[in-house]
Amino acid sequence: MNVLVCVKRVPGTGSTILLTDDGMDVDTRHLGFTIGPHEECAVEEAIRIAADHGGQVTVLTVGPAEAAEQLRDALSMGADHAVLVDTGPGELDPEATADALVQAVRQLQDEAGARFDLVLFGNESADAGHYQVGVRVACELGLPMVGGVKGVELDTDAGTVRWRRPVAAGVEVYESSLPAAAGVAEGLNLPRYPSMRGRLRAMKAVITTLHVDVAPSGLRKTGLRRPAEERPATVVLGSGADSAGAVVDVLEELGVA
Amino acid sequence: MSVFTIIEHDDGVVPAACLQALTIAGELAAGDTVEAVVFGPDPGLGSVLAANGVTTLHVVDHELVTDYSPEIYGESLAQLLKQAGPAGVVAAGTDRGNEIMAQAAARSRLPLATNCVAVTADPGAWTLTRARVGGLLLEDAELTASTKLVTVVPGPGDDVSASPGASGLLTQTFVPDLAADFVHSRLVERTERGSGVTLATARVVVSGGRGVGSSEGFAPLEELADLLGGAVGCSRVATSNGWRPHSDQVGQTGTKVSPELYIACGISGATQHWVGCMGAKTILAINTDPEAPMVTRATYAVTGDVHEVVPAVVAEIRRRADIRAGRRPALA
Ligand SMILES: Cc1cc2nc3c(=O)[nH]c(=O)nc-3n(C[C@H](O)[C@H](O)[C@H](O)COP(=O)(O)OP(=O)(O)OC[C@H]3O[C@@H](n4cnc5c(N)ncnc54)[C@H](O)[C@@H]3O)c2cc1C
Repeated sequence: MNVLVCVKRVPGTGSTILLTDDGMDVDTRHLGFTIGPHEECAVEEAIRIAADHGGQVTVLTVGPAEAAEQLRDALSMGADHAVLVDTGPGELDPEATADALVQAVRQLQDEAGARFDLVLFGNESADAGHYQVGVRVACELGLPMVGGVKGVELDTDAGTVRWRRPVAAGVEVYESSLPAAAGVAEGLNLPRYPSMRGRLRAMKAVITTLHVDVAPSGLRKTGLRRPAEERPATVVLGSGADSAGAVVDVLEELGVA
Repeated sequence: MSVFTIIEHDDGVVPAACLQALTIAGELAAGDTVEAVVFGPDPGLGSVLAANGVTTLHVVDHELVTDYSPEIYGESLAQLLKQAGPAGVVAAGTDRGNEIMAQAAARSRLPLATNCVAVTADPGAWTLTRARVGGLLLEDAELTASTKLVTVVPGPGDDVSASPGASGLLTQTFVPDLAADFVHSRLVERTERGSGVTLATARVVVSGGRGVGSSEGFAPLEELADLLGGAVGCSRVATSNGWRPHSDQVGQTGTKVSPELYIACGISGATQHWVGCMGAKTILAINTDPEAPMVTRATYAVTGDVHEVVPAVVAEIRRRADIRAGRRPALA
């Protein structure tokens, strides 16, 4: 079971989102970065699948050179190979991102002889949230693709996989033949903390860098803005246990107690 | 040129989100026709759709179009768009709406703008605003394509039931060309959620974060939620520490809640948590830090340790209930 996981480097924004002066991007100068939470679960799931069924885990990202940091995070969790498609700073539109991923997968398959039984994505990226990159890549590669997945069950003898996903009305289970793709969601598992050994290994690991040419699509971002936020000043009800009376007064006023 | 919209329906009930998408399709059509697409046999949607300005209903009919399948629905839509060539398609930004549109966009090699909060048709392009991070950030964008695909963020509203009867709607059956071995995912099992208070629909949510400190620390929060007929929620710190299941997580990658009252216990109020609870009518923050963003954005706040405040509130509710019931309150 060789698993490919596509991850995105996203900023860990704090309590307010600051924008760059030209209003085109989130100001990330004072922010840390992380693998998107959905994708972190995808990495964890891939590592568990490879441990249970044999095979290798490859993580792939499209982004700036600094995204190597997130690839090393995935390596330190236990991924075997890491591939960076360096598209420089600045955000790509979702079609261009998908195109870059597809070209990278083809290069890995045709030139490096890689074969992937499963391709996992986060259901949507944590920053841009276009809800389509994984679907586009899967389509182009001719793979079936289910989104919102929070449970994976492999039947290697039958060559099938079952995807479990919660929906408003309950739970749905889909079955696909392998090879297959899925967009997974946080809650699929509890991602591990990397071990010290994992971190050391990741530090020394070689990251493959690929180059691709992509063109912008018909969806062009013209700017970002923050919506106006109106909240009246906070009413402080008191401090410590002594505030209980005032709190219950409010609960009764709201008709909930 | 006409604008299409997709109607997801559950046994003839049209969700509010689809009617909202239909309304926006009508605005964008600006006098041209609005045409609806349904998958599988028409459950009698004619009069509801006609009342909302739809002139033509495209019924996608094929032996493979029975249960939902992302690839089959997406491929069918892509084929219909190729044949009909509408100016655009507006669908609801639901999980399923986004999934069908992404599949159709990929197969048609067309751009797609998801989760829009505003769309206007300008000559040549559609100008739109997308919600990012649950609406905490807005992206302005331009969409240029032969057929423009957008999904719109669902707002509050009521679902509408189909009512049979004449509607004057033109119904056209569309039979997609799908090979018997068309690559797709098959729905093999569906379980309905049981009734009961869920996080998403609860009137009161008592939510805990790092300040709660442990899984045992949630016991008083559960007690309070019980007394108020509410549900327990939590921050990502609580789920990633294994104190609570992920299904309790409120936020960008958890559940978005909109209760009458949200009680945030030991939660700082990071943007990714805030987007999940900002829909609450009233927020009460309990936090040791009076400067925490959750406190400064809350309607009400108590400064203090959750381990002292929550049990005291529980005791006070019990004391008042006892008095109302004519019992002698237990001594504190
Ligand atoms: C892409 C992305 C997606 C994310 N999605 C989510 C999401 O869906 N949901 C989510 O919650 N987070 C999410 N996060 C994480 C988020 O950024 C914060 O890290 C998280 O919400 C913080 O949780 P917290 O408030 O419990 O912890 P902290 O930020 O550590 O805050 C703890 C608070 O408790 C207070 N406190 C401490 N002790 C006590 C005490 N004894 N009594 C009272 N108060 C006390 C402190 O003053 C502080 O305000 C996401 C992050 C990223 C990068």
